[in-house]
Amino acid sequence: MKIALGPLLYYWSRQETLDFYAQIAQSPADIVYLGETVCSRRHELRADDWLDVAAMLKAAGKEAVLSSQSLIESESDLKALRRIVAQDEFRVEANDMSAVQLLAKAGRRDWIAGPTLNIFNPHTLSMLAEAGATRWMAPPEMSGAVLAELLASGAPAIETEVLAWGRLPLAHSARCFTARHFNLQKDTCEFRCLGMKDGLVLRTREGEPFLTLNGVQTQSARVHNLLGDLPQLRETAQVLRVSPQGDDTVRVLELFRDAIAGTLSPQDAFGQSKALMVEAPCNGFWHGRPGVEQYVSA
Amino acid sequence: MTSNTKIELVCPAGSLPALKTAVDHGADCVYLGFKDATNARNFTGLNFDAKAMTEGVRYAHDRKRKVLVALNTYPQAGNWSGWTAAVDRAADLGIDAIIVADPGLMAYAQKKHPQLRLHLSVQGSATTYEAINFYAERFGIQRAVLPRVLSLPQVQHVIANTQVEIEVFGFGGLCVMVEGRCALSAYATGESPNCNGACSPGKHVRWEQTPKGMETRLNGILIDRFDDGERAGYPTLCKGRFDVNGETYYAIEEPTSLNTLELLPDLARAGVRAIKIEGRQRSPAYVAQVTRVWREAIDRVMRDADSFAVQPAWIAELDKVSEGRSHTLGAYYRPWK
Repeated sequence: MKIALGPLLYYWSRQETLDFYAQIAQSPADIVYLGETVCSRRHELRADDWLDVAAMLKAAGKEAVLSSQSLIESESDLKALRRIVAQDEFRVEANDMSAVQLLAKAGRRDWIAGPTLNIFNPHTLSMLAEAGATRWMAPPEMSGAVLAELLASGAPAIETEVLAWGRLPLAHSARCFTARHFNLQKDTCEFRCLGMKDGLVLRTREGEPFLTLNGVQTQSARVHNLLGDLPQLRETAQVLRVSPQGDDTVRVLELFRDAIAGTLSPQDAFGQSKALMVEAPCNGFWHGRPGVEQYVSA
Repeated sequence: MTSNTKIELVCPAGSLPALKTAVDHGADCVYLGFKDATNARNFTGLNFDAKAMTEGVRYAHDRKRKVLVALNTYPQAGNWSGWTAAVDRAADLGIDAIIVADPGLMAYAQKKHPQLRLHLSVQGSATTYEAINFYAERFGIQRAVLPRVLSLPQVQHVIANTQVEIEVFGFGGLCVMVEGRCALSAYATGESPNCNGACSPGKHVRWEQTPKGMETRLNGILIDRFDDGERAGYPTLCKGRFDVNGETYYAIEEPTSLNTLELLPDLARAGVRAIKIEGRQRSPAYVAQVTRVWREAIDRVMRDADSFAVQPAWIAELDKVSEGRSHTLGAYYRPWK
């Protein structure tokens, strides 16, 4: 079972980002997804910078993957995508059918079908595998039981990845909710999300943390945490994804390493992870329940 | 100038009376769904059984109108046969096209019913010509419905780069998030637009009068609270008031409807082939009002796009049935973003 670090979803300064990946090079992550997937206006790291980071991680023995943007609106977004597809040193994660189209046309046979492609059944998965996908990530809203059923129903033999840690990516919009908070428009947003290391928390009017605003993306406030569900994960997933957070990401990766190796029980790993979460945990999606719930089997 | 390309008016029907109303008031096409999770408006008391659909198809076809069936949720391994059976049923009823989001289901329909026209649902989240051409080349889709996230020039750019007919939303409830990629309802209630065809479903809603005001909750989560003078709206998750950094406001979007009447000449010039009216969950009275106004507006644009002007009476009529009694151009207008 491999550990993957998902793409950095927040917007950190150039130096913070580079320092972060220098740490990741020394971490237990086997796979590192790179690149700006949320907002095309973010530019602390340019395309060449991401390639440099990928090369550095590759030299450190990691599998570096370039992730494509989730919501593609303009021709310049497509241009950025074409550039990612044109390089052949690193694998690409397709997060939109535009990326699938370009990768398939380029004859790439090594790409990853990302979490926003809405792969809910073996027929769709087979079609993507035929188009060249060799790994796929289940939609975060998919339960373990539905995933197991999909895999047992004639799914192609490609690697399955599951989101196992991090605030849930729940939605993308054309609108920037961070800019809206500051009464700004997206085109003149002043890059207010820069430096919000874990995004901007949205609470109910009772003060309960509910969602996280991250530019055009909306995440859960709670931290989706499947450390305690490791036994069931082993039956379905070959890769577990950890989503980067402001602090302690390397510690989280180490907990997963220890839990996977069996030097730490899932219960102990979950217990220790409580100090590393920015909010309360949740795992409802994995158990076929509302994602916000923390479900503990009786 | 492509404004002489006919623009179809595509109207919602959540029931047989709504279908007949839409046809009687000038819809070119009506779209509807079966009474189950195979479509994205899976609400109690809504939609069509086989008998109602048979009668609806006959009513529309007798008057030379089209019927489109939405099968636009994502089937899973365990319920796959329910969706393929729905495709077969729709094809057998002689409908004019199915509106589909799942590629696996498109492949099934293409193989089993090669003559059946396929429309890519807005739930397919295709925002670029590359994505749309992917579905066209693999499954032969003939029309794509664009998510409500593109600005007008972006819509024009898509149309200029694909042979696939483009349908856009003209009026009705506004999804702020990219359709097909929103799990907010699933997060709060366990029911998602993608898999259950439901957003913020009624069975999870609680209205509660409290000393602080009328509170609306979704599965226990407070979505909004209204003072005595305020009109309490339905707790659609993305249209509540929340607290961000000590400020309480509509952090995602206000309760408002999309209305693109004023863009109609531009949409016609861009070569948009169909305008969709949202609202299968709304009453026949809503369908009547909205269809009548849009029929008249589209007819005027088709006659002469250059002299087209939005009539104040149209706006007044549409605002009466709008969410929050207000409207927006949404993402078509860049500053909205």
